[in-house]
Amino acid sequence: MNVQASPEPAAPSLDATFAALADPTRRAILARLASGEASVTELCEPFAMSQPAISKHLKVLEHAGLILRGRDAQRRPRRLEAAPLADATRWLETYREYWEAAFQRLDDLLGELKTRETRGPARGGPLRRNRKRRKQP
Amino acid sequence: MRNAGALTVTAPGDREIAMTRTFDAPRRLVFEAWTTPELLKRWLSGPPQWSLDVCEIDLRVGGRFRYVWRNSRNGDLMGMGGVYREIVVPERVVATEQFDDPWYPGEAVGTVVFVESGGATTITQTIRYGSREARDGVLKSPMEEGVGHSYDKLAELLASSPR
Repeated sequence: MNVQASPEPAAPSLDATFAALADPTRRAILARLASGEASVTELCEPFAMSQPAISKHLKVLEHAGLILRGRDAQRRPRRLEAAPLADATRWLETYREYWEAAFQRLDDLLGELKTRETRGPARGGPLRRNRKRRKQP
Repeated sequence: MRNAGALTVTAPGDREIAMTRTFDAPRRLVFEAWTTPELLKRWLSGPPQWSLDVCEIDLRVGGRFRYVWRNSRNGDLMGMGGVYREIVVPERVVATEQFDDPWYPGEAVGTVVFVESGGATTITQTIRYGSREARDGVLKSPMEEGVGHSYDKLAELLASSPR
């Protein structure tokens, strides 16, 4: 791996990863790099931004360990470093899956509550207490 | 009618995790489902094999809540609880929260905001941790068996990010 060491060799934290991902331009840069390495000039093309502005974003991404620099001294291509993103993505996906499942159950429950409301009180069932509560002013 | 909205999960700022989701139901009902033990048990049951066995709610400022999940396969228990700090029915609930066996330092504060529009309700749930280290610790902890990661998922994440 011909990579220039970043000023802080410590493993990038998820915090830095998420902070870096918080910006839409930086996400777009990563999306571009996901399809292959690119020089700063090439990265500037799709954006209506100056090279220094793009370089600033690149510095943040580099600091977060999300991109690495190739050794080619002329082009200095940037490429995606997947590990920190994979960590962040994995966590978000797991968290998302957990809550998606819960919220789908909530969707079903809400559908049931709506039906009961429009049909008026049903006989028995676990929702009796709520019906009582709903009658209160 | 199901899945009125997609779930958005973000980690804004230094200390927070935020989630947004829209439900196809009036706010009154969403709030009720969120704060009534027998209703919560039906949807906040956790990953497969888990159930929310204990759900106690004293819905008033200074009142406590307590949730205990149980794994039916191995009997494992996971409990958490906290104290309500702010309650505006049916708009907003703020409560401290702490797990019995916490894997992050300090106490977290959860805020749920319910906004109704055109008969649908959008909730935003924000959990603010005591420090950025605590938030990071939570981010690093696998909540469940890790799901497979791949460039596809990465691409999805990036593609779904607002430009």
